[in-house]
Amino acid sequence: MSWKRKHLLDIESLTADEIHTVLDTARAFKAVSARAIKKVPALRGKTVVNLFIEPSTRTRISFELAAQRLTADIVNFTAEASSLKKGETLKDTARNLEALNADIIIIRHSATGAPHFLARFLNASVINAGDGAHEHPTQALLDTFTILEKKGRIAGLNVTILGDILYSRVARSNIWALLKLGARVTLCGPATLVPKVFEQMGCRVSYNVEEAIADADIINLLRIQHERQRQTMFPSLNEYISLFGLNRKRLALIKPDALIMHPGPINRGVEIDSEIADCHRSVILEQVTNGLAVRMAVLFLVNGGKGPQEIGAA
Amino acid sequence: MSESTLILNAAAIRRALIRIAHEIAERNEVSADVVLVGIQRGGVTLAQRLGALLAGIWGHPVPIGNLDVSMHRDDLDGRLTPTVHPTVIPFDVTGKTVVLLDDVLFSGRTVRAAMDALNDFGRPQRIQLAVLIDRGHRELPIKADFVGKNVPTANGENILVQFTEEGAAEDVVQLEKRA
Repeated sequence: MSWKRKHLLDIESLTADEIHTVLDTARAFKAVSARAIKKVPALRGKTVVNLFIEPSTRTRISFELAAQRLTADIVNFTAEASSLKKGETLKDTARNLEALNADIIIIRHSATGAPHFLARFLNASVINAGDGAHEHPTQALLDTFTILEKKGRIAGLNVTILGDILYSRVARSNIWALLKLGARVTLCGPATLVPKVFEQMGCRVSYNVEEAIADADIINLLRIQHERQRQTMFPSLNEYISLFGLNRKRLALIKPDALIMHPGPINRGVEIDSEIADCHRSVILEQVTNGLAVRMAVLFLVNGGKGPQEIGAA
Repeated sequence: MSESTLILNAAAIRRALIRIAHEIAERNEVSADVVLVGIQRGGVTLAQRLGALLAGIWGHPVPIGNLDVSMHRDDLDGRLTPTVHPTVIPFDVTGKTVVLLDDVLFSGRTVRAAMDALNDFGRPQRIQLAVLIDRGHRELPIKADFVGKNVPTANGENILVQFTEEGAAEDVVQLEKRA
């Protein structure tokens, strides 16, 4: 078990061993949140900046609380109220934050590779909290953590990711993590949003939802990312609901012990029926709880990561 | 290159633990107040062994917990991120006599971190420290209440404690000199 990385930029470059290190560490940190005193001094005196150039509630609050539980100081930076509006470049903004002695910068940005770009010139550690449609590594780590906790293993499980795959960074990070850990991944959704090219990553692609969910141990639902679609990708929302939405009729087809996951925010009545989101098979809120533990683990690990790290030319 | 010297063999370790168990029993008259907390990782096995010995002396089981101190260390910046092991303390430490256990006492920084970590779980009435080996070189005003063996060492030397559960090999304590 080892972790030597100074940054967490994506899942693609991690080894299965490194993913397991994060998950094992997260297990220890999850216990901290169950104590009467939910705080440890591991990052005492460190400064963490949430550099969120794209809106987020869940991830930002999760990182903020994670940093606080580790006794770090955290500053929130949102694009709306910043000098980016006044024409400052991302590079200058990040350099300014570093001049304030930030130790860890957590970045969310609509452009693919923005975290890798920062990691190339910053001395601070960089954590990717979502870059465009590319990756969202901590989401994949908390999803695999939840699966591991519930199922006791990942290798050999059938995981079906259903919905907007093309524009989803959650899907890409999850695919990398699940394949590295030995799961079988099926992708399903409208052909425009689930191109066959994903088969090259090692996934199975299906356009028949009933078939895709029948033997799944895990069904991970994704929201339609209207904000990223440059054109209409399917005829109508109602058609999507009737062809791919998880409703009661389809729920009857799945394995009795299958888990239903969703990274949030959920659109009730679209990708998932309201009653299913709240049913006993849904682990959606546990994902949120586990997200805190995983982000504590990531902050703890990158803080200890020393030495140079190869940043692949993006 | 390294050479190693035998410090304690399996029988000597067993004798040392039996003596420590009796010393703990002698020091603590109210056995119901005593709980054992092993520091990850070497202290965890020690806690199991001493727990069994004390249960024999007192005639009732002794609560045992494990404590990982990596989140409370003061040297997190100076080294690679340590592996975090689970902390399991399945009882309330408030008002109890906590006997902290570690295999080797060196700088004292682990024990300081352990006392900080314990504070997050409650307020023990008192904390005592039992170690298998005290190798000196303290950097903090910390002293063990129960010691298996004092071993004078040089800074470049290393104490290796090997506990083998289920008899796969022999328990052994060695002094390793790095050449």
